[in-house]
Amino acid sequence: MITFKLNGQQRTFDGDPDTPLLWVLRDFEKLTGTKYGCGIAQCGACTVHLDGTTRRSCITPTSTVEGSEVITIEGIDGKEAEAVRKAWIAIDVPQCGYCQSGQIMSAVSLLQLTPKPTNEDIDGAMAGNICRCATYHRIRQAIHDAADTMEG
Amino acid sequence: MKSNIALVSVVACIAINAAFAISNISLAQDSPANSLKPAASFQSIADQQQRSVAIFEEAGKVIQHPRCVNCHPATDRPLQSMSMHPHQPPVTRGEAGMGVPGMMCNTCHGPENVKVVAQAETIKSIPGNANWHLAPIEMAWQGKSLGEICNQIKDPQRNGGMSLEKLIEHMAHDDLVGWGWHPGEGREPVPGTQAEFGELIRTWVETGAACPS
Repeated sequence: MITFKLNGQQRTFDGDPDTPLLWVLRDFEKLTGTKYGCGIAQCGACTVHLDGTTRRSCITPTSTVEGSEVITIEGIDGKEAEAVRKAWIAIDVPQCGYCQSGQIMSAVSLLQLTPKPTNEDIDGAMAGNICRCATYHRIRQAIHDAADTMEG
Repeated sequence: MKSNIALVSVVACIAINAAFAISNISLAQDSPANSLKPAASFQSIADQQQRSVAIFEEAGKVIQHPRCVNCHPATDRPLQSMSMHPHQPPVTRGEAGMGVPGMMCNTCHGPENVKVVAQAETIKSIPGNANWHLAPIEMAWQGKSLGEICNQIKDPQRNGGMSLEKLIEHMAHDDLVGWGWHPGEGREPVPGTQAEFGELIRTWVETGAACPS
């Protein structure tokens, strides 16, 4: 039995401990905002926060989250998340949207650690999040906008 | 000595045909690419400095293996695979060699290697270690000769402030160094064992820690 905190609530999983966290989130917890993209941590669509930092859930055995805190796109909150949400909507960042939950989880993590990021900071943080619609320029702009909003 | 020869024989026989392995042992010359000659086998080299150099050259089969050099890059970007191509995704080392905010090494590399399923035949696992990180830039090995690396790892300014005694300990017992022998399914391990490698480094130090020219 694996016990962990998911979006603020204690959860348990008693299946195969090697089951990737992404499968537990989507199939057992029915939290489908986190997406399957590549299955090998190459695209970033499955990004969640694990104990406060970004983590690719597709290659995370659920056994390794025992006692940890997992935050998904459904549970992310705080001033950085709110600033990102508003900035994303303001300039219509998503196109098809498939990668966007992963993009947002990485962007929020960046702003939590680097409240006023440079282009280089943004490119570094977002390097592992691929967007097949190539919305990269809007993603970068929205992160700057969110940072400006947070700065007040 | 007999047990050492037996061990080498077993390792070699797994990888190549037995006749070739036995031939190598009897000549005490080159060892197969996936094994290490025991440190004791260098005693036949009378000149201590030459012996020390020869021992380090054997250890170099590990040190210059892509499994090791890939995380001792000369730039801010690690390398990947036996072809040593730039890491994908295009990650950067960050201030502490553990990535940058939003894209840390442990965003993808967990505490252990992770098998993946339903992927191409060439993708078997994601490598991992609890201490996964890049070597600091002053410890870069990429593009350097074995002699240059040898002098570098003896220099406390470029080896993390380690004495030679600590260097032996690091090579023989560090868990992240040890990952090289257990790199996960689908990845070629470095030659020999960490114990054999540690013994080579210890013997190299004891014989004067001479470097190849």
